[in-house]
Amino acid sequence: MLEAENLECVRGERRLFAGLGFTLSAGELLYLQGRNGAGKTSLLRMLIGLLPPEDGEIRWQGRPIRSQKDDYHGALCYLGHLNAIKEELTPLENLLAAARLGGTTLPEDDAIDALEQVGLAGREDLACKYLSQGQKRRVALARLVVDRRPLWILDEPFVALDVLAVDWLAGIISGHLQRGGMAVMTTHQPVAIPAGRVRELRIG
Amino acid sequence: MLDIVFSVIARDLKLAMRRQADIVSALFFFVIVVSLFPLGIGPEVDLLRQLAPGVLWVAALLATMLSLPRLFADDHRDGTLEQLALSPHPLGLVVTGKVIAHWLVSGLPLALIAPVLGIQFDLAGDALLVLTGAILLGTPALSGIGAIGAALTLGLRGGGVLLSLLVLPLYIPVLIFGAGAVDATVSGLGGEGHLSLLAAMTIAAIGFAPWASAAALKIALE
Repeated sequence: MLEAENLECVRGERRLFAGLGFTLSAGELLYLQGRNGAGKTSLLRMLIGLLPPEDGEIRWQGRPIRSQKDDYHGALCYLGHLNAIKEELTPLENLLAAARLGGTTLPEDDAIDALEQVGLAGREDLACKYLSQGQKRRVALARLVVDRRPLWILDEPFVALDVLAVDWLAGIISGHLQRGGMAVMTTHQPVAIPAGRVRELRIG
Repeated sequence: MLDIVFSVIARDLKLAMRRQADIVSALFFFVIVVSLFPLGIGPEVDLLRQLAPGVLWVAALLATMLSLPRLFADDHRDGTLEQLALSPHPLGLVVTGKVIAHWLVSGLPLALIAPVLGIQFDLAGDALLVLTGAILLGTPALSGIGAIGAALTLGLRGGGVLLSLLVLPLYIPVLIFGAGAVDATVSGLGGEGHLSLLAAMTIAAIGFAPWASAAALKIALE
């Protein structure tokens, strides 16, 4: 269970939000909404532990995330604005390296299957710098296909995806929720997630 | 625990192999800077022998500096640094891996080519051996100390110049004892003492610098 209590965010001189709290339990999805600059990404960065909140506390399974950073990060999968893929490496190498650095083991066959699912069959061995923007995003999303960690934090996951890919990703997220996972995500386009309880939080 | 260090080393080495131009250019910079001195000074063997340790070490410091700005900047730009910070291991271990990988592609090649360059300065066999040993022992400290500077200047505009101003003064002890080891050997005093001090600096730098860099990186990622 992920709980946030009384969070306050100050960037520069401006206070973006204060007194923000929510609880998220297994199988639930939290939609963060708000206009540009409202602090959605800042909140996500607080939730992943990279930005310390000005005030308030975030707890994972009842304990503050500050006191259990390594365990918490082992349970967390974050997909940010940036794809976090290396241009010089191939999609397959990127996926395997990401899994290894994330502390999980990923058999090569599963990685190839995941890349096939995101529509990169036959391009596993092509350096990522030769791929298009959308294809690079798909390499990043392939991480979600094989990720079995309980908490997903996704920053604008639907950006730069075509209609088919949006449906496919919505399916991946509902599969995650059905397995008892949790997800927090920001998005500007309303996407129906077929399974799981969906909650909304509006900032600003 | 050590898994993460090896994974980071393996990843960074693979990346370096795909971008060999970076390694080769730093190495060529070292070779050219060192080779300019005998050409400029002329064939005065005694003078060259005296200058050799200092010239080689200063060139080694500058060659190491060349690759430092990119130590974290590339990972920062494409978002992999965030993912590394989110790995379920202390960030200090991740940085240790990056420092070791940086040394393997920047310091180690310098040490391997240094004896060849030393011949241009008419250094004797034992002096060449000590020179190689000193660069081998001293360059990991350069990578470690440099990592702190690279982390502190991450994301700053004009960070490259600031990085040099920040890091080069901290390289002075390594320079003094590195060049001193060769000097002492040439003058017959024996360079063991200097080499031990270099080894101590390297152990301290590899042990502590990654954690200081990790603290700086966390601030940069906020």
